[in-house]
Amino acid sequence: MHNLFSAALTIGATKTPEAVQFWILAPLAVLAAVGMLVVKKAVHSALLLAWIMISLAIFYIAQDALFLGIVQVVVYTGAVMMLFLFILMLVGVDSSGSLVENIKGQRGAAFAAALGLGGLLTSLIGRAIVPHEAIGLTVSNSAGNVQGIAQELFTQYVWAFEVVSALLITAALGAMVLAHTPKSSPSQRFLSTARFRGESLSATAGLAPSGVFARHNAVDVPALLPDGSVAAESISATLEARGDMIVSTPFEMKPQIEEEN
Amino acid sequence: MTISQLIGMDPGWISAIKGLIAFVICVLLTLFAIWAERRIVARMQMRVGPNRVGKFGLLQSLADGVKLALKEDIIPKAADRIVFVIAPIISATTCFMAFAVMPMTGKVSLFGHTTALQLTDIPVGVLYVLAIASVGVYGIVLAGWSSGSTYPLLGGLRSSAQVISYEVAMGLSLVAVFMYAGSMSTADIVAAQAHGWYAVILFPSFVIYLISMVGETNRAPFDLAEAEGELVGGFHTEYSSLKFALFFLAEYVNIMGVSALATTLFLGGYHALPGLGFTENWLGGWFTLFWFLGKVLAFFFIFIWLRGTLPRMRYDQFMKFGWKVLIPTSLVWIMVGSTFHLLKMRNASRIAIMGFGIGVFLLIMAGFTFSEWSVKRAKANAVEPELPAPSFPVPSITRSEYING
Repeated sequence: MHNLFSAALTIGATKTPEAVQFWILAPLAVLAAVGMLVVKKAVHSALLLAWIMISLAIFYIAQDALFLGIVQVVVYTGAVMMLFLFILMLVGVDSSGSLVENIKGQRGAAFAAALGLGGLLTSLIGRAIVPHEAIGLTVSNSAGNVQGIAQELFTQYVWAFEVVSALLITAALGAMVLAHTPKSSPSQRFLSTARFRGESLSATAGLAPSGVFARHNAVDVPALLPDGSVAAESISATLEARGDMIVSTPFEMKPQIEEEN
Repeated sequence: MTISQLIGMDPGWISAIKGLIAFVICVLLTLFAIWAERRIVARMQMRVGPNRVGKFGLLQSLADGVKLALKEDIIPKAADRIVFVIAPIISATTCFMAFAVMPMTGKVSLFGHTTALQLTDIPVGVLYVLAIASVGVYGIVLAGWSSGSTYPLLGGLRSSAQVISYEVAMGLSLVAVFMYAGSMSTADIVAAQAHGWYAVILFPSFVIYLISMVGETNRAPFDLAEAEGELVGGFHTEYSSLKFALFFLAEYVNIMGVSALATTLFLGGYHALPGLGFTENWLGGWFTLFWFLGKVLAFFFIFIWLRGTLPRMRYDQFMKFGWKVLIPTSLVWIMVGSTFHLLKMRNASRIAIMGFGIGVFLLIMAGFTFSEWSVKRAKANAVEPELPAPSFPVPSITRSEYING
């Protein structure tokens, strides 16, 4: 036991540049981790997570695991977090997490699962470390960092590697099947044919944009049709939903000629 | 001594100077590139282009830079202030970092110290460039999100989807290069091309890289993130003054970055054109910098040419092209290319290699014929939608067979 402890101490003794790097980055990473849980906006917390991933990558690189560090940035920061951001932006700019428990007992289950995962990781790492002497990075990197990883990945662990990749592909396919819905809207081609064969040709050349024939040409002023009535469809649906549309009655042209006569 | 060992022996001050040189080269290239792009596009469109500031308008970009810096800096009320400021900084800092691993010259003497103009050489240099590029996109996406306005948000969304898709294609196009060079370090890849450029040997990879590098840098015809006809200015609609200038700078440095990577991976890096190897010793080796910059600028000219020639793609066409054409093609090519490499490594007979090549060629042709045939059949069997007959007289509708053949 004592032997192991002193070995851990010697391994733990770092060189100065690495120590400086650690003491600058580690507090920042921990702060970001805390901030990730605390901040309100989902995008902010995604950003902080991206920062944690990048600082982890820098730690890996500082400990001579060059390939792991770079791949961490390419895969996690570049692809996974970017997908996260994509979804967040798609869902809404100001979306923030709701604290209401939708599924009953979810918190308890999540806590139990987290404990289980933690236990699993601890036991695995412990089993890898305790009975063995660490051979050190210089030995395992002797053929080159990338070559060493490739050797392990494609010889000893090729089965586990392929199983994990099959699992991931199955998950991706499953997600696609679950999210797939039959196409509900008709195709552009169908719509254009329908426009020409429909009741009226008035919309074939597109609807009148806002302001046509009206007194103003602002986006919130509806167009007037040739007979002087208001074309409500000339205003963007968003403006209409927001209630930003100007009341159109004053813009309507009454058939005044008859009144004058 | 190999280049990477040579670089490893640099003292700190030499590294600092090399970093400074790389930075200055990037900034000067950007100033020149903006001027060159405006002049060349003008020529393609039969205009004159900027010709007022300095000789031939050469100082136009400098004047524009001053103008941008003096403009009012506006932060919209609805913007997320912190992210709005961070976004252009992310863009403008990451774009320079790719140049740390670019081998710009061969062995040269710098202040009496023999070295090569490459800041550092790491075993996973090319992956590092990809990683930096993927972080740089955060600038664009966050700019879109933080502006608090619809058009930038759409631009940011497009950009994030675009980059994920085209980075996959780009990464796959590099796999064949790694296999043939046996390394992912930029210096080693340049050295491995001494007997033939990978642009020739791995031509399909080269083409796929060329296409995906345009997609990756948000340039026409793939500039959907800032499509001015649809999204005003895209992600940078709300930006002004120096923050906008930073995006501007980042765009051009990124172009130089992907062009430099293309030069390194496919065009033999800083080496001279075939047959002109004697020029590499001129000026004590510094002439290789001329070759490197010449190749980079040749790629930049392609960027300008594309912009002057092609209309912007529609978004769904663009995504379809990436996922259904580029990625499958590069996957098939990786299999074929690696089989060639393996056959060569195992010293297979020439007949076996040629037989394999012809077999692959015939298979691909058969595949194309079959797909064309099935498309034709599907068209012949397609049923026209049943629509109500019009109630007013209209000219007879051309039957779709006449149009589509």
